[in-house]
Amino acid sequence: MIEVRFHGRAGQGAVTAARLLAEAAFLEGKCGQAFPFFGAERRGAPVVAFARIDNKPIRIRTQVYEPNHVVVLDPTLLEVINVAAGLRRGGTLVLNAKKTPEGISGIKVAVIDATGVAIETLGVPITNTAILGALAKATKLVSLNSIIKAVRNYFGDKLAEKNVAAVKAAYERTQLMKLS
Amino acid sequence: MRITVGAIVTDAGNTAQTETGSWRTFRPVVDAKKCTGCGICWIFCPEPAIGEGKPAVVDYKYCKGCGICANECPFKAITMVPEGRG
Amino acid sequence: MKQILTGNEAAAIAAKLARVKVISAYPITPQTAIVEKLAEFVADGELEAEFMKVESEHSAMSACIGAAAAGARTFTATSSQGLMLMSEMLYIASGLRLPVVMANANRALSSPLNIWCDQQDSMAVRDSGWVQLYCEDNQEILDSILQAYRVAEELLLPVMVCFDGYILSHTAEPVDVPEQGEVDKFLPPYELPHPLDPERPVTMGPVGVPEYYQEIRCMLQEAVRVAEDKIAEIDRAFGRRFGRRYGLIERYRSDDAEVVLLTLGSLSGTARGLIDRYRKRGEKVGLVKLRVFRPFPFGELIDALGHAKAVAVLEKDVSLGSGGALFIDAAAAFIDVARRPLMLNFICGLGGRDVTQLDIREAIRVAGRAAETGVVRRAVRWLGLREKIVGLRPKL
Repeated sequence: MIEVRFHGRAGQGAVTAARLLAEAAFLEGKCGQAFPFFGAERRGAPVVAFARIDNKPIRIRTQVYEPNHVVVLDPTLLEVINVAAGLRRGGTLVLNAKKTPEGISGIKVAVIDATGVAIETLGVPITNTAILGALAKATKLVSLNSIIKAVRNYFGDKLAEKNVAAVKAAYERTQLMKLS
Repeated sequence: MRITVGAIVTDAGNTAQTETGSWRTFRPVVDAKKCTGCGICWIFCPEPAIGEGKPAVVDYKYCKGCGICANECPFKAITMVPEGRG
Repeated sequence: MKQILTGNEAAAIAAKLARVKVISAYPITPQTAIVEKLAEFVADGELEAEFMKVESEHSAMSACIGAAAAGARTFTATSSQGLMLMSEMLYIASGLRLPVVMANANRALSSPLNIWCDQQDSMAVRDSGWVQLYCEDNQEILDSILQAYRVAEELLLPVMVCFDGYILSHTAEPVDVPEQGEVDKFLPPYELPHPLDPERPVTMGPVGVPEYYQEIRCMLQEAVRVAEDKIAEIDRAFGRRFGRRYGLIERYRSDDAEVVLLTLGSLSGTARGLIDRYRKRGEKVGLVKLRVFRPFPFGELIDALGHAKAVAVLEKDVSLGSGGALFIDAAAAFIDVARRPLMLNFICGLGGRDVTQLDIREAIRVAGRAAETGVVRRAVRWLGLREKIVGLRPKL
């Protein structure tokens, strides 16, 4: 079973990102489970969402404490939260950032300016679909095509194509590195 | 009384089986000379136990003796008399 | 067709598949998405139903009672404080024997204010004469709501389908959505025996005088008690048509187990994987998942737990001043049984506290020790407390 933790701020779409990942895995014939953990519900508050992917039905209902991968939708969260907490050995941290962050070491990191991509393709800083492009590129958990299919299933016509553009652009531009 | 599922009463209009006239301690007595047949007592009677007409006719089988008719009559044509007297 | 759905979406789709005629509800977290989705179905013309907006949950249940009394298939959904506000009308729905079906996304009760999951809300109305089903996953939510209408309409009893707020209501996972045609065959239109109808007047909700009230209540108790057989029968019929059945309880590797966990709802899913690990090590640990809490399946439970050395009842509620509601009934089941397990109660997961596998392991450890020594030192315990709580006197 693969477990992924998403960090974002309420309104950025971390919950939807987790759901789209589960749906993409489902489209590949696997089982997917996605769920949020809300704090007090208000826009801008830190939000955590989780996704699990497995080849058999997923019955566990606890939160994820030792994720295989971590996805961060908002660069300002790095100062507030230890986003790499519990990250498993060999796991990847997928970061929305303009440049490689300092102070993180010993793990694989994928960096994408998802906010830039989102502004460019959607016109708003909702980074969830862009970051999924980066996640697909960095981890190969699901294929780019499955992400695109999941995005098309979830969003209406016009919004779907803009989001597909965000996924594709982010997939192209994601940089992979191992910080030592 | 039949005990039904959900205590639903299926025989409509069965309140008529309960003759509430025995509840009365005061009875309304209509003064035929004063009664104009305006029907206000008939409108106000909650039971209803007063018929329309001139003079108004009280149905003592059901009249509970509440006195609303006497209170509402604009011509003071109804008097409440203790049961067993008059 | 299988698709990824949240628990709330599964509940809304189930109500739509049941072709409900009247929906009345008031928004409350974490249930709101159910009625939002249903309002959308109605607005888009996908569901031919009356959506009654009301000013409170009390009114929502009142509207459902009125609609059900007129013979319409009705649905509502709520959580937590909303269920509490409804509670007066819950007793009226069951007392009038109206087949209302409700989804309750389980959420903690105030105070302190808490929007997260536990099962205190539905447990607080367990005596209201409603059938209560608890679901483990989103598929079970959808299936249980479809079954609930059959149960409700065949027995003239209201049914509450409970599922854990957020943990299921907001979790997206694969759900097999049955074809409308198949659902129609399973759940045909129904007719209330004595609906409100000017052509055939009836009186509903008359005074029940002391000479008759007790008999009417006894009839209700009997109806809920014997509902057990009907629920099982309808579950089997559902299984024949859709290939999925749940039972009143489910035994998971418990038949030869010395220590058995007894759980409700989504907790069961987390426990399963753990049981598998104990089994791999050769330890005789099993799980019994209770799905039907009202009527309480005493017989099946005695049968499933009687052989165990110790039973650990894990639940997300507490009858303050006593123990967990499930524990109280489970312990009562063995009152006249000679061979009975030691019973331990673990209160956990209140107000959204995550119940981890570590927590469940602790319960198994304590129950295991009781099984070894034959002694229960403390029957009711709390799992995962941050600190020891000693509460004799208020200390501010």
